[in-house]
Amino acid sequence: MTDNRHLIEIKEVGKDYLSKDVAVKAIRNMDFFIDDGEFVSIMGQSGSGKSTLLSIIGGLNHPTRGNVFVDTLDIYSLSSEQRADFRSEYIGIIFQSFQLIPYLTVLENVKLPMAITGIKKGKKKEMAMNVLKKVGLQEKVNRLPDQLSGGEQERVAIARAIVNNPPILLADEPTGNLDSETAIEVMNLLKELNDDQTIIMVTHNQDMCAYSSRTIRVKDGECFLY
Amino acid sequence: MKLYNISLNNLKRRKGKMIFLVMGLVIGIATVVTLLSITESMSMDIEKRLNQFGANIVMTPRNENLSLSYGGINVGGVNYKVREFDEKKINDIRKIKNSKNIGIIAPKVIGAVKVKGRDVLLMGVDFEQEIALKTWWQFDGYLPKQANEVLLGSQVASSFDLSTGDNMILSGRNFVVKAVLQPTGASEDNVIIADLHESQKVLGKEGKVSMVEIAAFCQGCPINEMTLQIAEKFPDAKVTALKQAVMSKMQSIELFKSFSLGISVLVIFIGSLLVFVTMMGSVSERTREIGIFRAIGFRRGHVMQIILLEALIVGLVGGFLGFFGGSTIAWATLPFVLEGGVFAGINISLGIISLLLSVSLSLAASLYPARKASNLDPSEALRVL
Repeated sequence: MTDNRHLIEIKEVGKDYLSKDVAVKAIRNMDFFIDDGEFVSIMGQSGSGKSTLLSIIGGLNHPTRGNVFVDTLDIYSLSSEQRADFRSEYIGIIFQSFQLIPYLTVLENVKLPMAITGIKKGKKKEMAMNVLKKVGLQEKVNRLPDQLSGGEQERVAIARAIVNNPPILLADEPTGNLDSETAIEVMNLLKELNDDQTIIMVTHNQDMCAYSSRTIRVKDGECFLY
Repeated sequence: MKLYNISLNNLKRRKGKMIFLVMGLVIGIATVVTLLSITESMSMDIEKRLNQFGANIVMTPRNENLSLSYGGINVGGVNYKVREFDEKKINDIRKIKNSKNIGIIAPKVIGAVKVKGRDVLLMGVDFEQEIALKTWWQFDGYLPKQANEVLLGSQVASSFDLSTGDNMILSGRNFVVKAVLQPTGASEDNVIIADLHESQKVLGKEGKVSMVEIAAFCQGCPINEMTLQIAEKFPDAKVTALKQAVMSKMQSIELFKSFSLGISVLVIFIGSLLVFVTMMGSVSERTREIGIFRAIGFRRGHVMQIILLEALIVGLVGGFLGFFGGSTIAWATLPFVLEGGVFAGINISLGIISLLLSVSLSLAASLYPARKASNLDPSEALRVL
């Protein structure tokens, strides 16, 4: 339990891994918090540890030391299966390079996180259609991912991340594969979503940080808050 | 969207892999079904032939003396007194435990009669039963229906220069030759065959029966047990099972069955290996996808369900196609494998077994890949993103 009720609290988190039998410190004792409703950018060069940090916040990557509290819950005290339930309920992830399931249509990709919930069939479709409308793809629900442009695929990935209405949205380089015009569209969409969700975005693009309320810079596994 | 939608869509999208997987099972199941169907048809054919072959149990009066004949050659001209059964007791044969396996009971009375001063064997039979038993008999003329009508063995007819329509006297009674048997190469060639009750009168053996031939209609029925059961009812009888023909043919079938089983196990093993390798490949290929599933909150069990559902669908399709494919191959090849062989027909039980076998194999071969997929660490899986 933490003393103050921050939505996310990173307490002395460190992550080491072995690379060719050599211990590498990907994250060195990070300590910071993120409050509900924030739009935080995590910025840094390639290999700085920002994606590792994002995966630790998302309950995907067990830190070597330290604790991660989400809504006062120490998520790494949970079992692997309990953490899966936590991700289903609390976290929406927008992956780098969209990562849509190629054999599922736009609508099915968006409904994917609901496949393991008890939501009724009709309600699932209604929820999926609502978020697809929000991202402006209601006309392309039956297309397969490879029939969409990069920007459209990104918007499907965003729709899939928010369909369960998770309180936290993690975005890993959401504009990394987009042209500048589409990137701005996507960033505006994320800004809109920030009304309902806390967003943590990893980027190496300084311009994208302008959309966030706060930037955490990561260098050599250490963070510098701004 | 349910988990089965993911499995179904994956199979639909990866048609090539699906076809490859299904083919592995189809070949395995079709081989098993073909071999089992052919074996079943062979067994049926043997049964049919055995039924045509005639009696497979013979009941004769017990005799303490040893026979002095071999291969139709009598040595020493020794004649033994022939003992008989009481005709009324013959019906007791139908009271044995395995009575449902008894088809035909053909009683006979045998004795010597004088024809034109020479001794000839007279055999009294129940013509209806006898003809049902001796399906290979062919004769010129008509089957005797009246008490005073006889059927002559080919040797008897030629020895006494008798033919259809001729009259003959047996112990002072007038008989009409109704038909002459074509040569059989067996004992029947040397006998006069007449109605059972009329023969009993001619031979002075009213109510007596010299021997009984019994046909048991069944596939691999317990002939030894039936023999013992009949012997128990008739302590004075020597009951013999004519097993040699049955045994040698059944042995051939058993040999083919063992061979079929060996081939089936081998093909099934190869089919399972194919499913295993393809599923392992599929899991490796889908590491990224599984990472996404896990990242968005799928539990290990959910990932296993997706993989095993795919295996179940592949198993069902493979089993269904394998069964009908195997049955079709058996139907098409049987005439070449077995002369005059008739396909036993679609066997529903075999169909159910095929489906169960196919699904079990597919699930068993996919269990390890599914466990491997479900145990993927999401952070490791996402590294390939």
